[in-house]
Formats: sequence, structure tokens, C-alpha cells
Amino acid sequence: MPDPIIRIDNIIKRYGPLTVLDGLSMQVMPGEKLALIGPSGSGKTTILRILMTLETISGGHIEVDGAQLYHMPGNGGLVAADERYLQRMREKIGMVFQHFNLFPHKCVLDNVTLAPMLTKGMARAAAEKRAMELLDMVGMADKAKSMPAQLSGGQKQRVAIARALALSPKIMLFDEVTSALDPELVEEVLNVMRKLASETDMTMLLVTHEMGFAHDFADRILFFDRGRIVEEGKPDDIFRHPKQERTQVFLRKIIAAGHRV
Amino acid sequence: MIDWSGYIGLILQGALVTLQLTVLGSALAVVMAFTAGLARVSRSFAVRALATTYIEFFRGTSIFVQLFWVYFVLPFAGITLTPLQAGVLALGLNVGAYGAEVVRGAVKAIGREQREACIALNLTRYQSMRHIILPQALPLMLPTFCNNAIELLKGTAVVSLISLTDMTFQAQVVRAQTGNTLIPFTVILVLYFLMSWVISRSMRWLERRMTRGLDGVRG
Repeated sequence: MPDPIIRIDNIIKRYGPLTVLDGLSMQVMPGEKLALIGPSGSGKTTILRILMTLETISGGHIEVDGAQLYHMPGNGGLVAADERYLQRMREKIGMVFQHFNLFPHKCVLDNVTLAPMLTKGMARAAAEKRAMELLDMVGMADKAKSMPAQLSGGQKQRVAIARALALSPKIMLFDEVTSALDPELVEEVLNVMRKLASETDMTMLLVTHEMGFAHDFADRILFFDRGRIVEEGKPDDIFRHPKQERTQVFLRKIIAAGHRV
Repeated sequence: MIDWSGYIGLILQGALVTLQLTVLGSALAVVMAFTAGLARVSRSFAVRALATTYIEFFRGTSIFVQLFWVYFVLPFAGITLTPLQAGVLALGLNVGAYGAEVVRGAVKAIGREQREACIALNLTRYQSMRHIILPQALPLMLPTFCNNAIELLKGTAVVSLISLTDMTFQAQVVRAQTGNTLIPFTVILVLYFLMSWVISRSMRWLERRMTRGLDGVRG
């Protein structure tokens, strides 16, 4: 059995008086596809944001790919990570956002090539070649010269996926990537993610309200509520035979709201 | 009958000085605006405090007093400036303080989402600022920068008080020598207007150029 690629140990996250994550611990194996589900405010998005170092943590430790994420060696023990250390750790992780967050002043191709050229010192020609392969994979090669404002939401999100992949992260985080899309555009993004899951051995963490997709995509489902993991297991077990009452109530509500399982 | 051609020539010489003050003053103002504006969003408290002090001081005191300080008081500290240098310095520092707040506001206006994308793509703070935040913030600054540049142009008239022969100074000279107020002051009125018109036109052109492609068909 290989070591976990992500080891989250007793993480606490507070916003002022509000405790969002309350001593959360979890592990993710290399190559695992994980879906985080649960009501809004349950802390599932916060976990992704913490892994991307977009938040600070109030307590606990996280290990990613064998190294501490928020702490680095120093003073004979561990000290808070500095910017340079975080930069090295971020290389391992990529993230796709709910609202795409493309750079509106750069064309599709430049959105994808920018980070590899700046952070990895890739030559433009090599970066563009790689970017075109990725854009081809997400079906956006013909829009390489378009500006983001000319694209639909689904197209923007596919570009955002290609952009995150361009840095070849070991771990990809997807934060409600279809929530901001018109219903008819959801499927094109999910198809790209299915393809990604089947063609690569990247570790993927997905926060989603698309239960049907979570069921097909994930090796394991984590059900979050109030900053804790209430229940976890294989998709069939969670969706067909949830043990905890809170999971059952949540799934009933979701189904009543018209989401497929 | 007065021969106006000589007097108009005098005013045009003054116009050149006004133009010089405006261009050099604006150049200094832009440098100060970006330096102090970016310092205002620095992570270092000392840098932020320094920038805030500069901005509050130069916004909070009159350009007239600042100019007199630069020209008449600095010599006591052993720094003697020519009237043009003093004018450029006072105008540039004064307008730069206003511009700094414009820079800060525009940089802050580029939202959290863009910053987070930069972090997720592992860009350094400098790279994010240089490639993502500033290029988007710049078009937001331009309309206010245009206002500031026009304010600076009109502010140049105060330098006549330290005997710099700008347009307003020359108009006074002509008025004193001819006894005619209407013609010299109408001429400089038109000249000031033309200069500010050129400023606002070129800023609008710049703004259009910079925002090209940002407004898509489907938004």
C-alpha cells in the first residue's frame, strides 16, 4: 500500500467566532478520485481552498506529497511556511474555480501558456505546443485566439481546466466547477472531467452538487456537515445505503430539488 | 493701434513653458502615483505608512504653499532649484498624491477571483501584479488620470507666482504693457482649453486601445 498523497491532520479553520472546520482529518491516496458532498457551509470548499493555500489555517497539519504544506523545517522543528516554500508546494496542486477566473485581458492560448512560461521558465514555443494539446483535449483548440469574453460559460470552464493542467500538477482540485453554468452547458464540462479521470492517474478532489456525476466519477465519497466528515464510503454505499441520518436527509433534499443520483 | 503679433508671440512662449511643466509634472506624477499607490497595498506596514504619510501630506496642504516651500524654503536647507524644477517638483508631488489613491483603488478593484487564480497558478506576487492585476487595473485608472492631468495643466498657472514665465505670467505681462485684458486672457483661455482637449482626447484613445477585446459579444 503506497503512502497517502494528502494527509490532513486535525485541521481547524475559524473565521472570527465561526468555526468552519473543527478538527478535520482525512487522507487521500495517489490517483484517487474523491468527491466531497454536503450542504453549503459544511466546509467542503474550505478544504479545497486550504489545500490551494488560499486560506490560512487556525490549527493542525497538512502533508502533501511527503512534505508539510503550511509548515516548513526550521528552528529544529516546524515553523510557518514562507512564500518561497509555499511556491514549491503549490507546484504539486492545481485548482479549477466555480467562476472560472480566466484572465479577461489575455486570449485563450495566453491564459494557458502564461503560468508555465513564468513559473517553469518554459519557452513560448514549447508552452504553446503543450497548450494546444491541452486545448485540443478539452475541445477548445479552435478558440485558441478568442478572448474569454467571447466564450460561453462551459467553454470558459474547459479553458480553465486546460490552464490548470498546463502546470502538470499531481493533484487537481475542482470547486463546484459546474455550479455557475447554464444547465445545458454542464455536460460538456463533465465530459472533459470524465475523460481526464479515465486518461490520467492524477489525484482529483471534487466539490460538487452533481450527485449523479459524483457517483460515476469518484472512487470514494465524503459527506461533510458542519465542518466534519459525517460519513464516507464507496459511491454505491453512500448513495444507496447511507448509514447516517444526516446523509439520508441531505440526499433526500437533493433528490427532491431535482438533482440526479 | 497695438501691434499684437509680438505680444501673442510672448504668450506662445509662455504656452511652451506651460506645456513643459505639464508634461514633466505629469511624468513625475505618474511615477509618484504608481510608487505610492503600490506601496499602499504593500504587505509591509512601514512601506504602507510611508506612502500614506506622503499622500495625506500632499493632498492635505495647498499646492500654492507647497510650491513656495519648494522654491523659497528649501534653499535654507541648501537645496536651490530653478523655478522650472521647483514647479515640476511641486506639481508632480501634489498630483502624484491624488494619483496614488487612483492606483490603489484600481488595483483593489481587480477582485479576489483574479488574485486567487494567480495563486493557484503559482505566480509570485510580483508576477501577478505585473501580468494580471496591473494590465486590468490600468484601464480603470485612465479616466481619473485624465482628470488629474487636466487639473495639473490648470495648476501650472500658480508657478507664475515664483516668476516662472508660463502662459498666465505672460498674459499678465501683456496686460500690464498694453492695458488690454480681453485679448491676452481670451488667448490663454483658448490655449488652456485646447491643451486640455488634447489631453482628454489622447487619454480616451489610450483607454479604447487598452480595453480592446475585453468586451466580448456574449459577455
